[in-house]
Amino acid sequence: MNRIQKLFREPKEKLIPFLTAGYPKLESTVELVCAAAESGADMVEIGIPFSDPQADGPVIQKSSQQALDNGMTLNKIFEQVIQIRKRTDVPISLMGYYNPILKMGHETFLNRCVSVGVNGVILPDLPLEEATPFCELAKAKGVSPILLVAPNSPNERIKKISGLAGDLIYAVSILGITGNNLASKDALADYLNRVRANSVTPFVVGFGISSRDDVVWFNKHSDGAVVGSSIIKNMVGKSDPVNATELLIKILKGNI
Amino acid sequence: MKNKFKDYNLPDARGHFEKFGGKFVPETLIPALEELERYYDEAKTDNAFQQELNHLLKHYSGRKTALYFADRISKELGFNVWLKREDLNHTGAHKINNALGQILLANRMGKKRIIAETGAGQHGVATATVAARFGLECIVYIGKEDIRRQKLNVFRMNLLGAEVRPVSSGSMTLKDATNEAIRDWVTNVESTYYLIGSTVGPHPYPMLVRDFQSVIGIETKQQFANQSNRELPDRLVACIGGGSNAMGLFYPFLKDDVKIVGVEAAGKGLESGEHAATLTKGDFGVLHGAASTLLQNEDGQVTLPHSISAGLDYPGIGPEHSYLNESGRVKYFSATDEEALDAFQWLSEKEGILPALESAHALAYLRQENNGIEPDEHVVVCLSGRGDKDVHTVADALGINL
Repeated sequence: MNRIQKLFREPKEKLIPFLTAGYPKLESTVELVCAAAESGADMVEIGIPFSDPQADGPVIQKSSQQALDNGMTLNKIFEQVIQIRKRTDVPISLMGYYNPILKMGHETFLNRCVSVGVNGVILPDLPLEEATPFCELAKAKGVSPILLVAPNSPNERIKKISGLAGDLIYAVSILGITGNNLASKDALADYLNRVRANSVTPFVVGFGISSRDDVVWFNKHSDGAVVGSSIIKNMVGKSDPVNATELLIKILKGNI
Repeated sequence: MKNKFKDYNLPDARGHFEKFGGKFVPETLIPALEELERYYDEAKTDNAFQQELNHLLKHYSGRKTALYFADRISKELGFNVWLKREDLNHTGAHKINNALGQILLANRMGKKRIIAETGAGQHGVATATVAARFGLECIVYIGKEDIRRQKLNVFRMNLLGAEVRPVSSGSMTLKDATNEAIRDWVTNVESTYYLIGSTVGPHPYPMLVRDFQSVIGIETKQQFANQSNRELPDRLVACIGGGSNAMGLFYPFLKDDVKIVGVEAAGKGLESGEHAATLTKGDFGVLHGAASTLLQNEDGQVTLPHSISAGLDYPGIGPEHSYLNESGRVKYFSATDEEALDAFQWLSEKEGILPALESAHALAYLRQENNGIEPDEHVVVCLSGRGDKDVHTVADALGINL
């Protein structure tokens, strides 16, 4: 059983911060992930920067470009995860666009994930139609492929997506890109109830989640809340981004 | 090879041209792509739709466009050059063929808001034009770098009532404008029709843009048979950015015994690192919703292309071109900025036609030493657009202050 499978057997509130690898500095990610875990993060998503991040709003776009300018690559992310794993057991999922993974090759990429201790992979531009080869190989190697569903995904499709994913799916909260505003709570609750009724796996929710209240609310209606843009935004202009992130995660977790 | 293409019917039901194509998009867009596929399948076999489209192509855009025998350059080159005059279309390029087809689909789907990306501005102008014609809201994304190169087209879009949104992310060119259009579409998917301008993007776009552009090849076939004493030309030539004018010309000829050549932009030279020669120098990858060929580095990051022509300045290429390249059915060459500039002036002086800088790449191929063209061959070149939009760029390159 991998760390993600274990985590989602526990019926507790879950906070999942997203950190762009190599932002704000090339070497920041090791300290940031460890600090996030110590401050109460239940799982961490590490964003693989990409030149053309189509599903991201301006905040994550900028962090991604900065990370690339800093020299971040997929290979460097794996090296940093090795450092992270010496210090924490927090479940780690990589999140990124498909092309860098395709370029490295599914087999090489997944073998690296296994050997450094990455537990899951989220690829927002790899939908059900194209995802089978990657997902089957990932599952065979014990890495959880975390597929996405959206508010306009039909029930039957949610079933199929979660069936292929196997361990966990990621429900995008809105029709939109990262950092957008949330829809009304009524509409969200209807949607999340629909995901609950149709998904054969646990599911986390992300996009537009930014406050402690959000984290509590989304944990009531799902199995965990992902916070991305507001964590990245919170680092902008801070002299000590690690400290700033620790503080924010404690607030989001309700520990302050 | 002929046999393989006798019954050519790609893409398959999943939108694949063998390993190329497909749908690599966020989940939110999948229902929209499925809806588009459904409407397009219906429209294809609906006589009323086809009649309305044909009526618009004829009376609004002015088709058929001429197939013109270019006498003087033919004499100079020692083979017969026919120009398919897409520059004579309303709005000055082949882009209107696709824009008219897609705006009718948008209408059929009840979408009131149209978005588009543009590089050279020709697709933006075509989209703004058809949106005005049908009274629909129109937003066009264009890179800041391209705004500088294509001021005239930006103003034309404004005159046509479109909102032009400058894109300042990434390289500030066509690929970034496309990213921004996709972000808009993800956010406004229920109200918005994304009118893609080339044979790129997720299925069904590469197929439907090709189909709407095929009027170029269908007309060429009839006109060539009528105007020459031959059944088929020996060779077809077209420039390739995303590849829509080329697919439009090539597609009706794929099963025929005709040599086919696509010409990419070699920018400052294939070895300079500053070019847009995707098939010549790129490799397999996924960008803007499709698996195809990409200019990318060893980490799978998309690299910045370069071409003097904004319409070819794109690091990807339509998936069907990747397939036609791999299968060997179409041969792909490239022409540099300099060769294109020379060809631009050459056609202007010899035939009295200012070609778009994009089309000038196809013309430049005719003058290359190792192009393989035999004496007395009949070669059809797609003159995809007019060159008026490029006079500032050409003047700059020639060191002339207008």
